[in-house]
Amino acid sequence: MKIDLFITCLNDALFPQTGLAMARLLRRLGHQVRFNEAQTCCGQMHFNTGYQREALPLIRKFVNDFRNAEVIVAPSGSCVAFVRDLYPKAAEWAGDDDLLREVTELGKRTYELSEFLIKVLKVEDVGAYYPHRVTYHPTCHAARLLRVGDAPLRLLKNVRGLTLVELPASEQCCGFGGTFSVKNPETSTAMLADKVQSVMSTGAECCTAGDNSCLMHIGGGLSRLQSGVGVVHLAEILASTESMSAGSSETIGAMQVSAEALL
Amino acid sequence: MSAGGIHPARPFPEAARDTLQDAQMRRNLKHATTTIREKRFRAVAELPDWEALRTRGAELKDAALSDLAEQLLTLETAVKRRGGQVHWARDAAEACRIVTDLAASHGAREIIKVKSITSDEIELNAALEKRGIQAIETDLAELIVQLAGDTPSHILVPAIHKNRAEIRDLFRRKLGAELLTDEPKVLAEAARLYLREKFLSTKVAVSGANFAIAESGTVCIVESEGNGRMCLTLPDVLISVMGIEKVLPQWADIAPFMQLLPRSSTAERMNPYTSFWSGVTPGDGPQEFHLVLLDNGRTDVLADEAARQTLRCIRCSACLNVCPVYERAGGHAYGSVYPGPIGAILTPQLLQLEDENANTLPWASSLCGACYDACPVKINIPEILIYLRGQITPHKSHNLENTVESIAMKTAAWIFNEPFRFEGALKLARTGQGPLVQHGAIHALPGLLGGWTSSRNLPPFPAKSFRELWREEGQNDE
Repeated sequence: MKIDLFITCLNDALFPQTGLAMARLLRRLGHQVRFNEAQTCCGQMHFNTGYQREALPLIRKFVNDFRNAEVIVAPSGSCVAFVRDLYPKAAEWAGDDDLLREVTELGKRTYELSEFLIKVLKVEDVGAYYPHRVTYHPTCHAARLLRVGDAPLRLLKNVRGLTLVELPASEQCCGFGGTFSVKNPETSTAMLADKVQSVMSTGAECCTAGDNSCLMHIGGGLSRLQSGVGVVHLAEILASTESMSAGSSETIGAMQVSAEALL
Repeated sequence: MSAGGIHPARPFPEAARDTLQDAQMRRNLKHATTTIREKRFRAVAELPDWEALRTRGAELKDAALSDLAEQLLTLETAVKRRGGQVHWARDAAEACRIVTDLAASHGAREIIKVKSITSDEIELNAALEKRGIQAIETDLAELIVQLAGDTPSHILVPAIHKNRAEIRDLFRRKLGAELLTDEPKVLAEAARLYLREKFLSTKVAVSGANFAIAESGTVCIVESEGNGRMCLTLPDVLISVMGIEKVLPQWADIAPFMQLLPRSSTAERMNPYTSFWSGVTPGDGPQEFHLVLLDNGRTDVLADEAARQTLRCIRCSACLNVCPVYERAGGHAYGSVYPGPIGAILTPQLLQLEDENANTLPWASSLCGACYDACPVKINIPEILIYLRGQITPHKSHNLENTVESIAMKTAAWIFNEPFRFEGALKLARTGQGPLVQHGAIHALPGLLGGWTSSRNLPPFPAKSFRELWREEGQNDE
């Protein structure tokens, strides 16, 4: 299959290793991947914060950039949910019927990585090897908007060497919420405190999820507490193999490195 | 006083900063919402057709709202036919005037109240007090809040922020009750003794309404304690204040709500008391019945196609109990009798998006979506939050914070509109972040972003962005 990578702006800027891991994984599964360099940002931050006038050109741009894609896959439940769920709303609220038709069509071809693997490619074992104790945080948009369900867990259960430990109150939001964490920092922090406590209670070496935004938040809290617990994107776990993991823990995310540096 | 109204005194972030300091309140809330969440999950799981029921509930409310004017006129005719009187109130002031005039015309010094949230919306208690009439709340939790001189912090459990020991002390102080323990039974008994006397001696009652049935002119209240039954049957005069969105066309429509409401609100299969009354019946119950139909901003909500579904709300409070923001910040942070996710969309809309403080409420959400999942009438609260943000943002007053945010957002959009600008900005950021990075992480950011780093570290921009690495090592497959 010819897959267009939708590398979200956050991944592009701060977590390039996640996009590379996703590309590596999809290639290993026998698919062709393509990154259209014209893409930048889906417009979620603007739209969700109230800058809908500014978001519309970004939405139109996304549609142009991905118009010819056979299938679009992103390492982010949140951005995919935005494209699938809210692009149609954006078009509707702007009264643009042509855009509405186009984004409805586009939404059907846009997938979050774990749902793409399970629902479209129908693979549960991607041949990964990751010898660590890991807990999984289901991010809100993947869980509630995309309904990816247990897709990430099924993938993780088939990773060799990996010990999956259950996260208490996993369905609770980590408190990131994009600009929510900036506009309501105290409430966001109170939510984060509980999430970080839950993660630490599992005794996991790292927390994984399908969204670097949530992981950046949780990781930021874990790092501030010098917990020694890292965060790592699901794509990086699924992309790693025995040869890669040997003698290296580079895939346990940048945040753990910084936490170790603090210790 | 439980009359809190819907005008927040402060912006949400500011109010939440204070409420978050109250560790006892946070523990009480966490305990209460966790318990009810789990109970509700079980109660809902018992029904095999819950999703179909939700859809039915949403459809029925939408149908009623689609020809609301007609339904209300039918309701008016039916109520009058059965000997009741109907009053139309455009706003809070008009509704208060109607009720206080009625109470005063009967020489009432005290009135009893049940299901008061709509009357709290219009700040009825304060209006009555100005006319020398004391309103007595008869819902146990409302009574607690009233005695404490507090405001409700939850739609269904207004005293959710208080624990048993706090309530025992309050009853000792205010009711002079000799309470040896803080057992719920003992506390309830103390309230019962106090209230019974009021039920038997008060001639005028004010109630809210859960539903009204247009075809028969019937008003309905769903409750747990029996105080509603007392208020609706014992006094001579009954005045019901009802938001105009509560009307349903016919009797059959009410059945799904009798399943949806108790399970969503109290996690019960059926609530203990459901009362229906139509007009007056000679020799039985109140001999005078007044129905006050309150608009107070609702027709404006109705006129907005994108946000209209807000009016489906049946005030069950399921969205509050699952909301992580509500659980931490508490109901008082919302500054309105409608707290939590539904309050965050309802309050600013009722105020026509003109209230500076209420207009911070649509941002009091991480958009996690738990409220939408829980809503028994499928109100897509996250979507409406986003819609309202879009409506409010262009009109936000230009204080420094809003100006800085607006410039930042517009600049970011400009950058994102061209990939070369984005790449350039990343390179700039990488160079500029130098002094902020310590031990591989950013621990403090300046300006608006400072709140983030008060409790969280940020990863620094890496040496190369994805697009740069892709050019070097990825390359497209052809």
